[in-house]
Amino acid sequence: MEDMVHVDRAMSTEQDIKISAKGVQVHYADTHAIRDVDVDIDDKTVTAFIGPSGCGKSTFLRCINRMNDTIDIARVTGDIRIDGEDIYDPKVDPVQLRAKVGMVFQKPNPFPKSIYDNVAYGPKIHGLARNKADLDEIVEKSLRKAALWDEAKDRLTAPGTGLSGGQQQRLCIARAIATAPEVLLMDEPCSALDPIATAQVEELIDELRRSFSVVIVTHSMQQAARVSQKTAFFHLGNLVEYDDTDKIFTNPQDPRTESYISGRIG
Amino acid sequence: MKTSLLASDARTKKRNAAEARFKAYGLSAIVVAMLALAILLTSVLTNGLSSFQQTFIALPVELSAERVDKQGNRDPAEMAKTTTIGYAPLLRDAIVAEVERQGLTTEMSDKDLGDMISKEAAATVRNRVLANPDLVGETVTFDLLAAGRIDGYFKGRVTLESAALDGNTSPEALMIAQELADAGVIETKFNWNFFTAPDASVQRPEAAGLGVAILGSLYMMLVVLFLALPIGVASSIYLEEFAPKNRITDIIEVNISNLAAVPSIVYGILGLAIFINFMEFNQSSPLVGGLVLTLMTLPTIIISTRAALKSVPPSIRDAALGVGASKMQSVFHHVLPLAAPGILTGTIIGLAQALGETAPLLLIGMVAFVREYPAAYTPEAGLFGEASTALPVQVFNWTQRSDPAFVERASGAIITLLVFLLIMNAVAIYLRRRFERRW
Repeated sequence: MEDMVHVDRAMSTEQDIKISAKGVQVHYADTHAIRDVDVDIDDKTVTAFIGPSGCGKSTFLRCINRMNDTIDIARVTGDIRIDGEDIYDPKVDPVQLRAKVGMVFQKPNPFPKSIYDNVAYGPKIHGLARNKADLDEIVEKSLRKAALWDEAKDRLTAPGTGLSGGQQQRLCIARAIATAPEVLLMDEPCSALDPIATAQVEELIDELRRSFSVVIVTHSMQQAARVSQKTAFFHLGNLVEYDDTDKIFTNPQDPRTESYISGRIG
Repeated sequence: MKTSLLASDARTKKRNAAEARFKAYGLSAIVVAMLALAILLTSVLTNGLSSFQQTFIALPVELSAERVDKQGNRDPAEMAKTTTIGYAPLLRDAIVAEVERQGLTTEMSDKDLGDMISKEAAATVRNRVLANPDLVGETVTFDLLAAGRIDGYFKGRVTLESAALDGNTSPEALMIAQELADAGVIETKFNWNFFTAPDASVQRPEAAGLGVAILGSLYMMLVVLFLALPIGVASSIYLEEFAPKNRITDIIEVNISNLAAVPSIVYGILGLAIFINFMEFNQSSPLVGGLVLTLMTLPTIIISTRAALKSVPPSIRDAALGVGASKMQSVFHHVLPLAAPGILTGTIIGLAQALGETAPLLLIGMVAFVREYPAAYTPEAGLFGEASTALPVQVFNWTQRSDPAFVERASGAIITLLVFLLIMNAVAIYLRRRFERRW
């Protein structure tokens, strides 16, 4: 457990609550995937969702930017608020929501276009750049934030799919942050990456915490311990325990959490 | 008992034998298919390649004024009163004179000598004279079509023995033709007319060409391309990406698959009922043909487009939606470009199928004998509204005529059709390679 702890957690105790979920239920046809989840996610914090496969952590993550809307059989009830606004209000257009809540997926999925176009796509469709110079600036800033600028600046016109796996995932992060989101959702962002690329992405996640509220789903408890300040443990669709990462890993309150982090279930 | 790895046991032997047998079945199937293809190509090519050659007689024709311009005023309107039949004696005199000039003797009558020239030749000369009245009174050398039997003799279709039994020619005529050929008067040249000339009557296979048929097929393909591609792709996108998945869309999906299997002649009856009887479009017009073929091609295009859309990984859709693209933007900016190679291939295969389709066209009157080139647009007939025929229908027509010269024409038309299909498939493969992207 030594490798789990060493992130500087010198954070102020009074964080603003960015996302607040109350009584969230998700059904896939007859399956009850998420049962009555309440969680408050802080701003400028990395929050990790851990739990065994099929526990609903990805499903819950996808509720936060309404990606579950694209699945016909999925039904979400309950109340999720970002900055106090109900994101499931009928007046909310999911397109605007997703510009505000960026997402990085499990498998790196750059568009089969140039690196530049990958990053520029979001700002373009949301009209964030008034001209080419603006767009260039956004692209450069996003790539810098994603720690990819130095590797990519000489080949912005090369296809994004030609990058290595880790670079592709950082490109996807750059693409997600190019629309200037406030929340960044990451669904097992390192599960398809080798240890070195994983380390780079984790370092990046820690950087991103300065600007965004980051929510990361991960299978790796070590990763959760390394990158997050708060951890939520999901089991069979229930949110079992949610607390500071230190507490979850050193002093879990629920026996199920303890079994999971000690490797007895999962 | 301990088993050795060096000797295979009975089970393994049986398994290997089954595998070897299956491979042999596959191989023999391929061999049979190749043989069938070889037989098809040999038969079509041996029969049809000669249609790309045509026999011409180079004759100096004296265009005497009293024959072609009786009024003597060189007015094309007046001269047009002399019909094609009026020109026939000019040509007869020309070939008789030519035979004499070459010092050949024959017992053939002047009329029989004249019959060595195609009946189409008189029309050729007349058209040239009407187009240029200054030629009247001069002696002009024309390359005139030889009659079908003479043409057949130089292509090996007609022999001295078969000519002896033939009422349309005689061994003497063939011998004269051979001597004229030795003297360089009769020549076999590449037959451009085959691709540009319209169909000709039953008596003059040597003049028959594919011009109208190619034009008609081209117009129909344009109609199909401009209707079937957008409608097919748009409906596939709607069904695949936007439509809710429920019982109704399931029924629609099953029915589209069924429509792809409906015999094409049924589409012909449908077209006859809707486009000709109800909407009163012109019979035999490429517009109606194109509409019928569009209906026939739509299921093919929709099925292949949906397959292409399905094969685009969902991660691309997620990626687009994840950065806040709308459903429509994600489809048109990302999914559609990735599906384009599959869509193009499906479309071109659909077009190729439509190009070779005969049955529905018979029902809407495209089987008619058409000698006028159809205009793409006329105020009376509208767009693609003039009567026309089509390549496969032309093949069908020619194979029904009794003169063996038409067998050659039909095979030539089949070769032309196959070449068009090959070109379309090559384009499909090229586009596929060109647009294929990895992700």
